[in-house]
Amino acid sequence: MSTQATGVEFETVIGLEIHVQLLTASKMFCACPVTFGAPPNTLVCPVCLGLPGSLPVLNRKAVDLGLRTAVALGCTAQPTSQFHRKNYYYPDLPKNYQITQYRYKVHPPLATDGSLEIPKEGNLVPGGTGRLRIGIRRVHLEEDTGRLVHAEQHGRIRYSLIDFNRSGVPLMEIVTEPELRSPQEARTFLVLLRAVLQAIEVSTGKMEEGSLRCDANVSLRRPGAALGIRTEVKNMNSLRSVERALAYEVERQRAVLDRGQSVEQETRHWDERRGITFSSRTKEEAQDYRYFPEPDLVPIAVAPPWVAQVRASLPELPEAKRRRYVETYGLPEHDAELLTSSAAMARFFEETVRLFPHPKAACNWLVGDISAYLNAAGKEIDGLPVTPAHLAELLQLVERGAISGRTAKEIVAEMLAQGRRPEVIVGERGLTQISDEEALARIVDEVLAEHTGPVSEYRAGRTQALTFLVGQVMKKTRGRANPEMANRLLKEKLKS
Amino acid sequence: MHVDREGALRAAGEWDARYARGGALPPLAGLPVAVKDIICTAGMPTTCGSRILAGWVPPYDATVVSRLKDAGAVIVGKTNLDEFAMGSSTENSGFGPTRNPWDPQRVPGGSSGGSAAAVAAGMIPLALGTDTGGSIRQPAGFTSIVGMKPTYGRVSRYGLVAFASSLDQVGPMARTVADAALLLHVIAGRDPKDSTSVDIPVEDYAGTLPRSVRGLRIGIAREAFGQGLQGDVGEAVHAAAAHLGSLGAVLTEVSLPSIPYALPTYYLLATSEASANLARYDGVQYGLRVPTDDLFTMYTRTRRQGFGSEVKRRIMLGTYALSAGYYEGFFLKAQRVRTLIRREFLQALDAVDLVLMPVSPTVPFRLGEKVDDPLQMYLADIYTIPVNLAGLPGISVPCGFSSGLPIGLQLIGKPFDEATVLRAAFAYEQGTEWHTRRPPVVGQSRSQAVAEVHKRDRATARPRRAPKRKRR
Repeated sequence: MSTQATGVEFETVIGLEIHVQLLTASKMFCACPVTFGAPPNTLVCPVCLGLPGSLPVLNRKAVDLGLRTAVALGCTAQPTSQFHRKNYYYPDLPKNYQITQYRYKVHPPLATDGSLEIPKEGNLVPGGTGRLRIGIRRVHLEEDTGRLVHAEQHGRIRYSLIDFNRSGVPLMEIVTEPELRSPQEARTFLVLLRAVLQAIEVSTGKMEEGSLRCDANVSLRRPGAALGIRTEVKNMNSLRSVERALAYEVERQRAVLDRGQSVEQETRHWDERRGITFSSRTKEEAQDYRYFPEPDLVPIAVAPPWVAQVRASLPELPEAKRRRYVETYGLPEHDAELLTSSAAMARFFEETVRLFPHPKAACNWLVGDISAYLNAAGKEIDGLPVTPAHLAELLQLVERGAISGRTAKEIVAEMLAQGRRPEVIVGERGLTQISDEEALARIVDEVLAEHTGPVSEYRAGRTQALTFLVGQVMKKTRGRANPEMANRLLKEKLKS
Repeated sequence: MHVDREGALRAAGEWDARYARGGALPPLAGLPVAVKDIICTAGMPTTCGSRILAGWVPPYDATVVSRLKDAGAVIVGKTNLDEFAMGSSTENSGFGPTRNPWDPQRVPGGSSGGSAAAVAAGMIPLALGTDTGGSIRQPAGFTSIVGMKPTYGRVSRYGLVAFASSLDQVGPMARTVADAALLLHVIAGRDPKDSTSVDIPVEDYAGTLPRSVRGLRIGIAREAFGQGLQGDVGEAVHAAAAHLGSLGAVLTEVSLPSIPYALPTYYLLATSEASANLARYDGVQYGLRVPTDDLFTMYTRTRRQGFGSEVKRRIMLGTYALSAGYYEGFFLKAQRVRTLIRREFLQALDAVDLVLMPVSPTVPFRLGEKVDDPLQMYLADIYTIPVNLAGLPGISVPCGFSSGLPIGLQLIGKPFDEATVLRAAFAYEQGTEWHTRRPPVVGQSRSQAVAEVHKRDRATARPRRAPKRKRR
């Protein structure tokens, strides 16, 4: 995105740091289970409490999920990588250091140098102008911290409690190159990355639940110039807040530059309620984390057969799916993009097509009415009781003329929200399409008798009067008349 | 530090009953063992010799402790140490110093001084120590007992409260080589809870002890016999080498030119790791908390009050060595020197089976003699530290006395070749009588021993300041 102001054009430069909670059964360095909503401090042991004498032991499954991600993003898996200690004091960090991986060349992280393709300008809607490769700088593993609960009184914190259930939960950090050029691109990148993570069953990718978290580095520069001074924006808890926060931050920096001042390197917090970012730590206050290799863990050795095994076990990725939908199903590019931007949506689509092999029809419903319903409800399709069998049944009802398209639109919301079979809904409401010629002929006769004016107009050559008459048939049948049959019958009777 | 009188008597009673019933018994059935108070014991306080952990009771046993219990050992209690194993005299304990049974005016060495003194005084036959830079071998040498630091990775560190994770090892302390071999056999071996423990089979150490040392190649480390070595200590160690030669071992000289760099290397790496390992003592979850209104002040006051001065010194050194702008020059460089030292030892051990040198440059020094001079104190470990940096097994065996004060012989082996180290030590021990001598306190009642100490304290001409521990 280019921002035009007072004659100076700036280019937006955004890089993302994404934290992903991995779908492992146990924590990163101990056997405690990873489940959510358990009573505080019930999923803990000496290791994740950081008790004196305890030692970490790496969860192989976490490495495996990291490698799946690395391969899916086209990264190079490092033959050996090393954990580091990141030293800082905070009560939710029981050892006062976090076990993570660092970017030292001599001690590389799990994987480096990959990419993910997104539509240019982040357009997930028709009319996109091509595609863009966003570089992935690295993928690494680390442990999550505990969670502080503050007891407040009169707006002041009286005391704080710590829940260590989350302490040691496996996290994966994905760092992009600063190659995103607009808040919309950043959002689209996140959507498509999430689709990959869901497809390869690495994470649920739910930002609202914290299983996908995103920080962003934002700067502006004159096109072609060196990178500008950046700020790091934190505390964005949904896709929408990422886009809003970045848009705000871009405008804020532009205003600073327009005033002839320079942007300060700092960490800024997004305030969702006020819709602003505010400074939370300046460069002077930046911490020295004193990273050094974690002596309690041996380096992770990833031999080529392990990578090959991971590669072979990966399912079809969203990008390949998108191409297949276009090439074999003949779907439009943007529809394919939308269907594959969520693993749940793609699964739903494919299952529906398996039951009712008309991809275009299934696609139209999914990207049309159903997507609109999901957006309005703020839900994913797998968060609803509806199944592909329901949609297939609805499509069949329309196909064999049992209900009209209009009726289908009327009942789709009920089908989605309640997971009830369309046939049952149709039966209950008496919405079955009238395709019985005799019955419909009687209704047509009534309409012709009641509207002599339009009938003479039609006979005088004003053929558009037919539309009115069809409408009247529909009105009498509350939309249940088979429109084609009604049309034919009207024409026949008007001729005679 | 702690005596579990009731628990020990109960456990001993159970073993007595099982013995009376007859049948097979595990190797340490009913044997009392003392544990250095930096190794976690479920239900028994574990202080690490630090006020910051006073009263902390771990909810779990260290792997070495559960292995001892499985082998039938009776854990009698916890022994004194320099705070967080940082020291060479046990004077840095937050709960007062331990004295040397051979001369109560002198230190027993450290940091495993409590375990060493207890074994030497005949209070207990077996004890666990830990060795990061000499903390088993040096006190063993100072008290004329046997102490062994196994190869790094030989014994699980799970439940050993970390000082310097890449150097720490648990090891046996005993009156004889055979006892040490027995104890090591019980605690050694891979532990899935410690990623740095290694899956190499544990040999039957006791079984291989009696084998001859004929033809065994022993290299005398040239650089360990230079400046700073007390004359009669050097003579005793040379005499010990000659004795091994008379048993058929082939003596040669080996050169380890990087040894002089071991001390500064160690004090960069060990302190760096310690600065992170000790960060968790912050008053939040366990141990001492000095309550204040805000978090930062709670951190600083808790740590200021809870840690002794040597621990603070090392945390500061380590924090500095890891800081931005100093990391490459200090930490990384020290790591490279460590690699060099290890390579040198391994090269030397290509040509010989064992390297031989003194344990310490001097005999035990007086309490208070070095507490104000950290550098002098650090030099006490000049021959033991390189072995930790190289990750090799090393043993201290009694090899003589100087004016009634013990001298230790150090034998260093190839990685995971504890068996050869123990065999040579055993052969030497069997041919000498140093290990049969007992310090004067043995046989005295507790009140006799205390009276003796007080009498000697009064008679000491040189006024000695109380062991330093500033109270604020």
